[in-house]
Amino acid sequence: MTTTRFEGTDRYVATEDLMMAVNAAITLGRPVLIKGEPGTGKTQLAEEIAAALQRPLLEWHIKSTTKAQQGLYEYDAVARLRDSQLGDDRVKDIANYIRKGRLWEAFESEVQPVLLIDEIDKADIEFPNDLLRELDRMEFHVYETGETIAARHRPIIVITSNNEKELPDAFLRRCFFHYISFPDKQTMQDIVEVHFPGLKQTLLREALNAFYDVRDVPGLKKKPSTSELLDWIKLLLAEDIPPEALRAEDRRAAIPPLHGALLKNEQDVHLFEQLVFMHRRGNR
Amino acid sequence: MLAEFFFLLRKAGLKVSITEYLTLLEALRARLASLSVDEFYFLSRATLIKDEALFDRFDQVFGEHFRGIEQLFDAVSGAVPEDWLQRQAELLLSEEERARIESLGGFDALMEALRERLREQDGQHHGGNKWIGTGGTSPFGNSGYHPEGVRMGGRGRNRRAVKVWEKREFRNLDDSLELGTRNIKLALRRLRRFAREGAADQLDLPGTIDSTARNGGMLDIRMVPERHNAVKVLLFLDVGGSMDDHVRVCEELFSAARSEFKHLEYYYFHNFLYESVWKDNRRRHAERIPTTEVLKRYGADYRVIIVGDATMSPYEITYPGGSVEHWNDEPGHVWLRRLLSAYPHAVWLNPEPQRRWAYTPSAQITRELMHERMYPLTLAGLDEAIRGLRRPVPVTAVTPETVD
Repeated sequence: MTTTRFEGTDRYVATEDLMMAVNAAITLGRPVLIKGEPGTGKTQLAEEIAAALQRPLLEWHIKSTTKAQQGLYEYDAVARLRDSQLGDDRVKDIANYIRKGRLWEAFESEVQPVLLIDEIDKADIEFPNDLLRELDRMEFHVYETGETIAARHRPIIVITSNNEKELPDAFLRRCFFHYISFPDKQTMQDIVEVHFPGLKQTLLREALNAFYDVRDVPGLKKKPSTSELLDWIKLLLAEDIPPEALRAEDRRAAIPPLHGALLKNEQDVHLFEQLVFMHRRGNR
Repeated sequence: MLAEFFFLLRKAGLKVSITEYLTLLEALRARLASLSVDEFYFLSRATLIKDEALFDRFDQVFGEHFRGIEQLFDAVSGAVPEDWLQRQAELLLSEEERARIESLGGFDALMEALRERLREQDGQHHGGNKWIGTGGTSPFGNSGYHPEGVRMGGRGRNRRAVKVWEKREFRNLDDSLELGTRNIKLALRRLRRFAREGAADQLDLPGTIDSTARNGGMLDIRMVPERHNAVKVLLFLDVGGSMDDHVRVCEELFSAARSEFKHLEYYYFHNFLYESVWKDNRRRHAERIPTTEVLKRYGADYRVIIVGDATMSPYEITYPGGSVEHWNDEPGHVWLRRLLSAYPHAVWLNPEPQRRWAYTPSAQITRELMHERMYPLTLAGLDEAIRGLRRPVPVTAVTPETVD
């Protein structure tokens, strides 16, 4: 296997510590667990690793009802029962009713794939424990057909979590861990530059200032994140808003244009407007 | 050296396992980090620490352990490579600053002075205004205040003038506690209220058998949605003052509640509930949230748990302006009644031992206001409290005369 290193892409700004965690995971063939605020690019990371290393990407999105077994395979007993009632010939071979899961596909892949297990904390508390052996040994047994599926190449496994539930220690011990902290202004500038090359410096500066001001408002239910900032800048560009409009004499006294892209629920918008109103009144 | 570091981490209460330690050694053997201490820092953090709340503690241990070694290195190497210093100076100093150094006799003179001092100095040094070390106002060393200072050690590359672990940027995340919370979690689990909501994706076996039988033996699959824990909890925590004695048990409760309930909202108050509460204790005076806002924001299906010792002067509950911290227009009991009428499922958890309540008038008043739903913050008390949360308190209207 050729040595591979991930160093970010032209669409993704990776910090040094992030690169270290990812490269350690690639080299040692262990999963990397990514945590961080929503909208800081956790899910996108897997896509970018796949793109940068030119590997196929397999995505397994976890929901509250997802079971570990579904990642391996599912035996569709109901379909088989129905077929038997209808007298279908397929019913004789049980393999017809085994549906491959994402992990199976990843193990079978001809080249080393990138497997994204997205939002693992959404699942039941026992979910990660049920995958321990599979992630460790990279193999599992199919009871219905008696075969053992082993990985051809240990997939690069990226697991994301929003911290809704705590993950079991036994699972954590087997992962590398990285926490994507919210980018500071400098990194944020790099990120915006990557998405909107050649953006006017004045607009960028004013937009970032306004953005961090909104983030500093106390008690927001959901603070705007990187992805929301990018959407907002896209809107500003589409509407051709001049940089001056973003710069009020005292920025707290004005609501930034198109703030709907930054604040996503009516309580936050309401709170924000109230603060601005109180501040105006205080100034008078 | 690494084994020592490993045991230091464990001593600091970080549950680093042998598996993780071996992984780190394996990664080092694979030459993932070889040249710089920064790389080693990132690698060891990604390998050993799996919770961002513990990053800060890790940073401290890392700094502690490796600072000594760096200083040893500094003291031993009397001769500092010329080009290294040159590079440092180029990277760290602005045009203007370099001009200022020229004014002090030029860069060479500064370097000469540095070398002179390195020879003179023996041993470690912190503070002061001449020796090389940390802090202080000498132009040499780090974390100092001298404008023309030369930073020693570390790679002062792109805005990394301070070592990453010394920035301690994860300090704010260290608010959770996972010690002995297991039994609290189990107690809280009784509050679970299961409801079938969402998409039907589970086989309803009795339903299927029933309808298949009705269907003349032809299979008729019936599905039902899975059961979820639908309970929502609103937590109010008393902080400061007499509550300082109970910080530990409150933290454990908070930590357990956070991982147990998906819908958990929490607010802080001091002594008694008044017109505003806050979410962030470090900025409690700057960022207050009106209590009415809280009452409006969450629906009546929320269960309210108030944690406080209810130990204060009775005036703080019964009179306007009774609060020790600010002027309150309305007495505390009005706000508590409002809360209870908005959320009939409410309990008060008191960390003070139950036998003392009788001697504390304010605890008695609060208990009456809560319709006797005050429970001690022990496992048995928690069990009772959870049972208490199941039935609503009788609704009492907030009458106008209590408001004026």
